[in-house]
Amino acid sequence: MVDFFVSTFGMSPTVAAILAAGIQCALLLNVVAVGALVFIWMERKIAGRIQDRLGPTRVGGRFGWLQTLADGIKLIAKEDLTPADADALLFKLAPYISFAASFTAYMALPFSDGWVAVHVNAGVFFILAVLGLEVFGTILAGYASGSKWSLFGAIREAAQVVSYEVPLGLCVVVPVMICGTMDLVAIANMQSAGIWSWLIFHDPFTFCIFWIYFTCAMASVNRAPFDLAEAESELVAGFHTEYSGLRWSFFFMAEYGSMFLVSGLAVILFFGGWNGPLAIMSDKIIGVIPGLGLAGQPNAWGFIAGCVGAANFIMKATIGVTVMIWVRWTLPRLRIDQVMTMCLKYCVPLAAACFLGAVFVKAEIFGLGYLSVDAWLPGLRSDRLEVREGWMTEVEGEGVTLSTEKTLVHGDG
Amino acid sequence: MLLAAVDWHSYFFMLFAMLACAFAMGVLLTSNIVRMAFYLVLSLGATAGLYFLAGAEFVGAMQLMIYVGGTLVLLIFGVMLTAQSRFVSMKIRPDEWILVASLGGALLLLLLYVAFSVPEWRMEHPHPAEISVAETKLAAPIGLALSGVRLDDGIGYLFPFLIVSVHLLVVLIGAGYLARTKRRATSEN
Repeated sequence: MVDFFVSTFGMSPTVAAILAAGIQCALLLNVVAVGALVFIWMERKIAGRIQDRLGPTRVGGRFGWLQTLADGIKLIAKEDLTPADADALLFKLAPYISFAASFTAYMALPFSDGWVAVHVNAGVFFILAVLGLEVFGTILAGYASGSKWSLFGAIREAAQVVSYEVPLGLCVVVPVMICGTMDLVAIANMQSAGIWSWLIFHDPFTFCIFWIYFTCAMASVNRAPFDLAEAESELVAGFHTEYSGLRWSFFFMAEYGSMFLVSGLAVILFFGGWNGPLAIMSDKIIGVIPGLGLAGQPNAWGFIAGCVGAANFIMKATIGVTVMIWVRWTLPRLRIDQVMTMCLKYCVPLAAACFLGAVFVKAEIFGLGYLSVDAWLPGLRSDRLEVREGWMTEVEGEGVTLSTEKTLVHGDG
Repeated sequence: MLLAAVDWHSYFFMLFAMLACAFAMGVLLTSNIVRMAFYLVLSLGATAGLYFLAGAEFVGAMQLMIYVGGTLVLLIFGVMLTAQSRFVSMKIRPDEWILVASLGGALLLLLLYVAFSVPEWRMEHPHPAEISVAETKLAAPIGLALSGVRLDDGIGYLFPFLIVSVHLLVVLIGAGYLARTKRRATSEN
């Protein structure tokens, strides 16, 4: 984007860099804030339909689509309370920590081919690491409130999140292993040949491990049926019992932000990222026509392909969020011992077994290589290798020099 | 152009370094154990920022996951301990201050001496704009080195890595064993 400003408008590189950073910050903030606005409205509508009622209907004309904005104005107008027993500094900081952790992870989340604020080479790892910090906000909120309900909620959340990070990490390793990179852009570009190249259909083990990932992701973002930190039937409102007004809403922005984030990560790791089920925009189909450039090229066609990719990505991630909402209003909340049993006795062994199976498939041990889609469609593997080798290695002289020059082959719609 | 004249890299380095130092002092000066853990988190987070600034993205993410994430457990223990009133505010006696200050001061002097005696670090450093950080951005060399292959003709870390892994496994099994036997003893009582 910096190059674009410099070449098109003749700006100085510093101004261009600051402008580009500002635009990216504004876009990301909007994704989180507007996303939360839409998802809260969606949650209320879906919850209403599941419970055989209408949900919001009046605000904003039809469908009550401005309900969340009205709620937001109400929350701003509310009195900002700090309990007398609270540790005031930590109490006031906690919501911002939750929100900042959720928001920071968005920096490394690509929305389309190359459309990422910071292209972190170990993107998967960075997102997992930052997402794990969100629990700090919850624990500090629970501790600083000076209330037993809050403390109970916070300790439950701590136990839950620390446990579920283990299977979550194991699940994420499988696509990373198949692709041979932790770069989210490269992983998504390796799934650009249509629906059969998506990693969820790579072999039976990746199919299983997606469901484990989704379960663990729901637990790690503290959504029902794993919302023990809130548990309104037992703990009043759990860790945010003492919060009111805008501070309370920051926790919710963080929650909905994280929901979209883990769905987006699932989309990139398992569902082809910004690549559609048919590779319409790839160089193999639309690129055959002369004059129509590929996605990722610095021209108008590249931009259009990028927009289509971003729409594709956001739609898929929204479907993930919708499933989370659907699950929340369908299943009853688990007890804390059931949550722990679920993690340590089911999710961890299943994820470990699937990981082992995926390793066997990848290494073609015990003839398991035939379970992989690569064995039946040989073009897919060479496509992946092409993407990987494009940025991975350059043999120069006696040693191997690693270069970050990414000549990604194609992205599509 | 005024903005171009500012050395942004150094500016951010100073910012993160000062944050890390300030919160480290915060750990020392506060007496509330949860706040101590919280300041430690911020200090370690600022250190991770330094790694990102240096282009070592994998190491930065590692810092966040292991050190900052590990402090989470410390924080939880802090929260649990402050349920007992004698830990709510930790008072330090003057003799403890002297002991710790002399120990810490000696360590600091040693570190400063070592840091200033490295010849490469005393040379005139090139302008940040001229430094290429591309080769530190990849995690692959770290992974290869851990599996015994060094790209720069060095010795890989497979053996130490193996030793540490086995050691950690022993610790894990030991911890599990201790936890189990304790529970059995209490249930028999």
